[in-house]
Amino acid sequence: MAELKGWRDLPIGGVVPGGAAAALNKTGSWRAERPIWNEEKCIQCLQCWFHCPDTSIVIRDQKVTGVDYDHCKGCGVCAAICPKDAIDMVPEREGTCAK
Amino acid sequence: MRKVMTGHKAVAEAMRQIEPDVVAVYPITPQSEIAEYYADYVHDGIVHTELVPVESEHSAMSACVGAAAAGARVMTATSSQGLALLVEVLYIAAGMRLPIVMALANRSLSAPINIHCDHSDAYLARDAGAFQVFCESAQEVYDYTLISQRIAEHDKVRLPGIVNLDGFALTHTSQVVEPLEDEAAKKFVGAFKPVHPLLDVGTPVTWGPFAMPDYYFELKRAQQAAMEEVPAVFLDVQKAYAQTSGRGYAGFVEKYRLDDADRALVVLGSTAGTAKVAVDALRAKGEKVGLLKVWLYRPFPYQAVALALERVKHVAVLDRAISFGAMGSLYSDVATSLLRSGARSALHNYIYGLGGRDITAEQLEEVLADLAEVRPDEVLRYIGLRE
Repeated sequence: MAELKGWRDLPIGGVVPGGAAAALNKTGSWRAERPIWNEEKCIQCLQCWFHCPDTSIVIRDQKVTGVDYDHCKGCGVCAAICPKDAIDMVPEREGTCAK
Repeated sequence: MRKVMTGHKAVAEAMRQIEPDVVAVYPITPQSEIAEYYADYVHDGIVHTELVPVESEHSAMSACVGAAAAGARVMTATSSQGLALLVEVLYIAAGMRLPIVMALANRSLSAPINIHCDHSDAYLARDAGAFQVFCESAQEVYDYTLISQRIAEHDKVRLPGIVNLDGFALTHTSQVVEPLEDEAAKKFVGAFKPVHPLLDVGTPVTWGPFAMPDYYFELKRAQQAAMEEVPAVFLDVQKAYAQTSGRGYAGFVEKYRLDDADRALVVLGSTAGTAKVAVDALRAKGEKVGLLKVWLYRPFPYQAVALALERVKHVAVLDRAISFGAMGSLYSDVATSLLRSGARSALHNYIYGLGGRDITAEQLEEVLADLAEVRPDEVLRYIGLRE
C-alpha cells in the first residue's frame, strides 16, 4: 500500500486526479452472494452489462466473458435482469469461480 | 445611482450583476422573493443563467453542488425550513470545496410554525463549513453579496458562503441602496475560474469519493485550513471593495462609539441599527456605552472581538436564537474570545426577538442602563418576554 499523505498534500475537496479511481479499490470481499454466469444459457443480450452498477460484467469483442469478482459486490441485478436465467446467485461460501 | 429597494431586491441586483451560470432554487414557504426576481431576469433575457426550478431545497443545493463540480459559477437563496432541509447538502458543498454563495433570509424554525425573523436557521448552518456574514442594512446585503462571491471563489478559500439578512426587517423593508454600475460590479467579482471541472473531460477527476478512516480526518483538516484563510482574504476583498465602491468597510466587526465605553452590546444583523439609536440616546445623557456589530460570524474573529471589548467592563451579548441547553451561540463565541485574551469583562447573555418579536431601541437602552447592576452569572436573560 502506498504511503499515506498528510493533510497539506491532498487535492482540494478530496478529488481523485485521473478519475476512474474505483478500479483501484477492490470491493469483491463485500459480496455475500456470487453471480455464476452460465455461458451455455447466455444469449449475449448484454442486459447484465447494461445494468451492472459496478461495471463488473466483463465483455470482450462485445460478448460477455465472465464476472469481475474483484469488484462485484453481489447485488444480483444481473441475475434479476437476465431474460434466460443464465446467472445464478450462489452463497459466497458455496460459490466457485466460473471458468 | 441611489435606488430604493428591499433586502431581497438588493440580493437579486447583486446576483444579476454577478450573473452566475446556474441558479437552482425552490420557492419553499416561507418564500423568498430573491428567486422570483431572479426568475424574472432570466425570463426577460436580462441574464443568461440556467435557472433550475427543483422540487425541494435539498435538491436545490444538490443541483448547485453538481453544477459547481461541473465547473459553473453557482448561487442560490433560501430561508428558515428551506435551509434546514438544505443543510445536509451544504456540508457536502463545503467538504467538496465548492464556492456556492447563498443568501439566507433569516427566519425562525418550526415548531410552532412562524415565518418571522430570528437567527435559528443561521445557527443551524453554523458548523456546516460555509463562511457566514451578517448584514445590518440592505446596502450591506448588496455589498456583502458581491464581497462574498469573491471570497468564496478565492484560490485559498473555495468554500460556500452565506450572506445573512434578517427576515422582514431587511428582506421586505425598502431602504436606499447605492449599487455599483454593472461594469464595475462585474469587474470587481471577476471571471470565474473553475477548479477540476467535471466538464473538462480531457483531465478527468473523481469528485465526492469515499474516504475511509485513513483519509477522512486529513480532508477535514484541509477544509479547516481553507476556513482559516477566510479572514485574511475577507480583509483584502473588503479593501478592494472599498476602493471600488467608496464605502469604507474595514474589519470583521464594526465598532460603534466603543472606544471609551464601559458598557456595550454585541449583536448580529439588523438589530445593530436599533442598537445605534439606543447608544446615541444614552450617549446624549453622558453615559459611556457602545456597540460591537459582528459582520463575519464564521469563521469567528476571536481576536478582533477581544481587542474591541478588552476595556469594556460590562458586555451584553444578544442572541436571536436559543441554543437549547446551552448559552447563546454568539455569547459562547464572545466568551471564548475574552477567555483567550485574558480580558475580564463581565459578560451577560440576552435572548431576544424570537419568531419576529420586535426589538426596540428603548429595550436596548434599558439593557445598557442596567448592565452594571446585573450580576454576572451563567443565566440567560430575555428581552421583551412576558413572564
